[in-house]
Amino acid sequence: MRSTIAALALAGLLGTASTQASAQTLNMAVGAPVTSLDPHFHQLSPNNAAASMIFSRLVETDDRARSIPGLAESWRAVEPTVWEFKLRPGVRFHNGREFTAEDVAFTLARVPNVPNSPASFTLFVRPISRVEIVDPLTIRLHTRTPYPLLPMDLTNIFILDRETHEGATTERFNSGELAVGTGPFRVVRHANGDRIELERNDQYFGERPAFARVNYRMITNDAARTAALMAGDVDVIDQVPTADLSRMRRDNRLSLYETTGLRLIFLSLDHSREDASPFITDNDGRPIARNPLKDLRVRQALSMAIDRPNMVERVMEGAATPTGQFLAEGVTSHIPGYPVPRFDPDGARRLLAEAGFPNGFRITLHGPNDRYPNDARIIQAVGQMWTRVGIRTAVDAQTWATFIGRANRAELSAFLLGWGMNPDGSHPLRNLIACPNRETGLGASNRGRYCNPELDRGLMESSEMLDEAARQERLIALERMALDDVALIPLHIQTNIWGARRGFVVTPRADELTRAQDVRPASSPAAAR
Amino acid sequence: MLAMSVIVFVGVYAIGDPVEILISPDADQIERERAIQALGLDLPLWQQYGTFLIRALQGDLGRSFVFNEPALQLILQKMPATLELAVGATFMAVLIGLPLGLYAGLKPDSAGSKAIMAGSILGFSLPTFWVGLMLIMVFAVQLGWLPSTGRGETAQFLGLQWSFLTRDGLAHLMMPAINLSLFKISLVIRLTRSGVRETMLMDYVKFARAKGLSPARVTYVHVFKNILIPVVTVVGLELGSTIAFSVVTESVFAWPGMGKLIIDSINVLDRPVIVAYLMIIVMMFIVINLVVDLLYSTLDPRVRLEGKS
Amino acid sequence: MSDITANAAPPAAPAAREETPFRRFVSEFFASKIATGGLIVFTIIALLAIFAPWIAPQNPYDLAQLDIMDGRLEPGAVGGSGIVHWLGTDDQGRDMLSGIIYGLRISLTVGIGSAFIASLVGASLGLLAAYAGGRTDSVIMRLVDLQLSFPTILAALMILAFLGKGVGNVVIALVIVEWAYYARTVRGSALVERRREYIEAAQCLALPTRRILFRHLLPNCLPPLIVVGTIQVARAIALEATLSFLGLGVPITEPSLGLLIANGYEYMLSGKYWISFYPGIALLVTIVSINLMGDHLRDVLNPRLKK
Repeated sequence: MRSTIAALALAGLLGTASTQASAQTLNMAVGAPVTSLDPHFHQLSPNNAAASMIFSRLVETDDRARSIPGLAESWRAVEPTVWEFKLRPGVRFHNGREFTAEDVAFTLARVPNVPNSPASFTLFVRPISRVEIVDPLTIRLHTRTPYPLLPMDLTNIFILDRETHEGATTERFNSGELAVGTGPFRVVRHANGDRIELERNDQYFGERPAFARVNYRMITNDAARTAALMAGDVDVIDQVPTADLSRMRRDNRLSLYETTGLRLIFLSLDHSREDASPFITDNDGRPIARNPLKDLRVRQALSMAIDRPNMVERVMEGAATPTGQFLAEGVTSHIPGYPVPRFDPDGARRLLAEAGFPNGFRITLHGPNDRYPNDARIIQAVGQMWTRVGIRTAVDAQTWATFIGRANRAELSAFLLGWGMNPDGSHPLRNLIACPNRETGLGASNRGRYCNPELDRGLMESSEMLDEAARQERLIALERMALDDVALIPLHIQTNIWGARRGFVVTPRADELTRAQDVRPASSPAAAR
Repeated sequence: MLAMSVIVFVGVYAIGDPVEILISPDADQIERERAIQALGLDLPLWQQYGTFLIRALQGDLGRSFVFNEPALQLILQKMPATLELAVGATFMAVLIGLPLGLYAGLKPDSAGSKAIMAGSILGFSLPTFWVGLMLIMVFAVQLGWLPSTGRGETAQFLGLQWSFLTRDGLAHLMMPAINLSLFKISLVIRLTRSGVRETMLMDYVKFARAKGLSPARVTYVHVFKNILIPVVTVVGLELGSTIAFSVVTESVFAWPGMGKLIIDSINVLDRPVIVAYLMIIVMMFIVINLVVDLLYSTLDPRVRLEGKS
Repeated sequence: MSDITANAAPPAAPAAREETPFRRFVSEFFASKIATGGLIVFTIIALLAIFAPWIAPQNPYDLAQLDIMDGRLEPGAVGGSGIVHWLGTDDQGRDMLSGIIYGLRISLTVGIGSAFIASLVGASLGLLAAYAGGRTDSVIMRLVDLQLSFPTILAALMILAFLGKGVGNVVIALVIVEWAYYARTVRGSALVERRREYIEAAQCLALPTRRILFRHLLPNCLPPLIVVGTIQVARAIALEATLSFLGLGVPITEPSLGLLIANGYEYMLSGKYWISFYPGIALLVTIVSINLMGDHLRDVLNPRLKK
């Protein structure tokens, strides 16, 4: 009898405990799987999001992708080739070890030496030629040439502990054993590709997270993720499919949190060939001896033929901003006042006629069908619009795996791509516009093979300018140069959208990262910002 | 199996270059070359295959490009989830399909069996992903009876995590298992029905009736035993393919099994995982076929005789 | 049983034997109202598919005729070009009715085409395996095992990656992944059949192997083949839909029923039901009518069900 009562009491106790726990537990579902908890193994947004819950960086970024102090309280260039970082005192790792300059040096040394890494973070530490520890809380990083972008590059590097992570393998991070950082959460359990269970790190140096426990799930199917939110199985989801936006906006049990992102969707054109381009023919299907895309007027016509605002409205359901440049308004290297190309089908036809194509030509527009929101729909819509001005367009959407290989080998004539930008204009210019060149590392993702030596020279000069205002002015001039020459055709900048059940407030981030520390209960005062 | 590994190796190679997918968009040419080298993709294909073969013979099927873990271990981690889903679905198919098929076969002209047959046609007409979403819409979103996705709580058994041992896990298992079993229920119904109708006309059944045996005995002993042969074959075969083909159900219901792993791996061309997965599937199939053959011979004396002669 | 032995008996009057079973088959087939209904529905569907360009209000494959401004219109709405969209439009402004009629064409081609070719290949190999036995049998069955153990979707994905998208390529991929089902089924029943007296009788009469295979063994293996065949037509159509769902299969600008459903699937939760609902219904009606015919065909063709 007594044992029954005890059992009942215990059950009651457990019952209350679990109700409390569930009120304190945040269930989130993300659309892209985290592949590893090793923060230096694979440079991939979902991995970075998970890492930024567990680890911290010297320089953090805020929701608008601006650099803010992290493990470093301040930084400055003491000489043109030396950056000095003052570290935050009293920070401890999850296992109680203290954070010092030694750990920074260790981390910088580990980054290029992670075995089997398919996409390493080496790029961000390569400019560093020497690491100098001044005292436990001061570290100097020497570069070969003046390098203004170093603090921004370090926003990608998560700091590990020298004692804990000496010789650590990726597997031991993945098992959770060594996923020990200075971040707001510690790892309880990690089930690869399924979920990460986290609990709050009460010693965290920054703002205290609102939830004591987090269940970070990966639901890659869009409809299933939305359904999980509607059914109340999860509290927050990211990458809300545009098809569900209108319904979710009407549903008063749900709220949406959105912000203009940093991902540009654009069309890349074949600049590499003077003679026939592989997917362009005349109206009878015969190859054209010269590549029409080398003619600026044709490129302008292709851009003018696209009705961007209507495409954003109809295809993206409003979840994007039409644009004629790389970055959105309010971001560092945005060109003030640079117009969105006006939709002008008559003007486009006129330009085509001037260029010697009064009857247009035929082209195949390629793109992925599983990479960006509505990618296959966007190219169909562009195909419709081009066809209307006389450029008969066939549309071919393939899986990313197939598509990107062909794009890299420059086998295509016109194709859709997306690019997640840094707020600094040097990023898109270096990667998408500059001539591909192995020695300089420029133009690595310039798949249309646009090449303008004058622009490249300007870019190299700007990369050593330490006067920030002058550098930005220079970058903006270079962006203008590329866009006036229609090096690529910008379409829109995506809006990042999170869906949450009522009672949960999400701080939307421009960099698309979905993190538990950005979610708060609606009543919490911190939600007001 | 050797042939298979060659086909898969070349096949995955033909689809595309994993580095293009895995590499970060910021990467420059030097980083790209480093990555290609790190993954061993700079070697000629035959050399890559040779390395794979030598390691495979030592029981090492390679490391996943994406997870940097042994591919075999990665798959074995996910296997219990798929296994219980497939077994659950098969169990349901037999449990529901057999009696319905029996009824439809014994009373072919009744309204009930016509409804069953119509239902069975629906069962394999609808695409799995569509049915899956409908199930989620109705039972999770509208009615809120069952959890929409995921695996729920698991319990430890034989050193592995299983869902069917907890109530929450069972609730999570329900919908995906139904979704996966729909096609098989229809199949079992049809096989049973046609089997029953054929055997009922057989001389030995007529003879058994003539002997004055009770209809129940005729049905359950004489007829039942004979229709079990095709049913066992198909269910056995289907168990293997269910495990292999649970891809769609797993991705709709975010069920963390092998199927979901393989589709993710195909998307990023994670070749070691794809190859290892197929090797495991082939092994499993060989075992299943063996078991089916054994059952077959216990159930059908004619095959047993043939084996002896 | 008397029927079967009659089959194996030496041909006395060939002409009469050719005619009667067919006539009997026709009259038996039309004896069932359901099967006749299935045939009528299927004929209508087939006619719709064949004459699609003359029936459909719009050519849904011509991008110039589509306008995204007409996208996601409700059923019955009038589009910018003055067409009444009786079944609404999809996200690209494609008239659903036209899309379905054209889509039927592709789905039927893929489904029936692949099932037909696969059954020819599979049944021949299955018969051969069962009849020849020994090494031939084991080679063929190893091949079947290999094929069956290869996950359909992965196999189809790789084949399509080799070949590229397109209706013809989908058919080829489906044949390659499906033939083994037929082979296995036919072999299974042929194994049982070939031990029966009538085959032994035929062998004693020293009839040529081909004749025994196709005139004696095959007809008696037909019922399970037809069961599998009907299932496989449906399966092929559904598989094609799944491939499209996974981003392979037919090109997006020329959607099959499956691709239409897959496209609309994203809109299911947002209340725009018509984008995947109507193609779903069309798919359902098609498959059900095929299956109704198949079901009845099986009963008619099965010599053991005849008294």
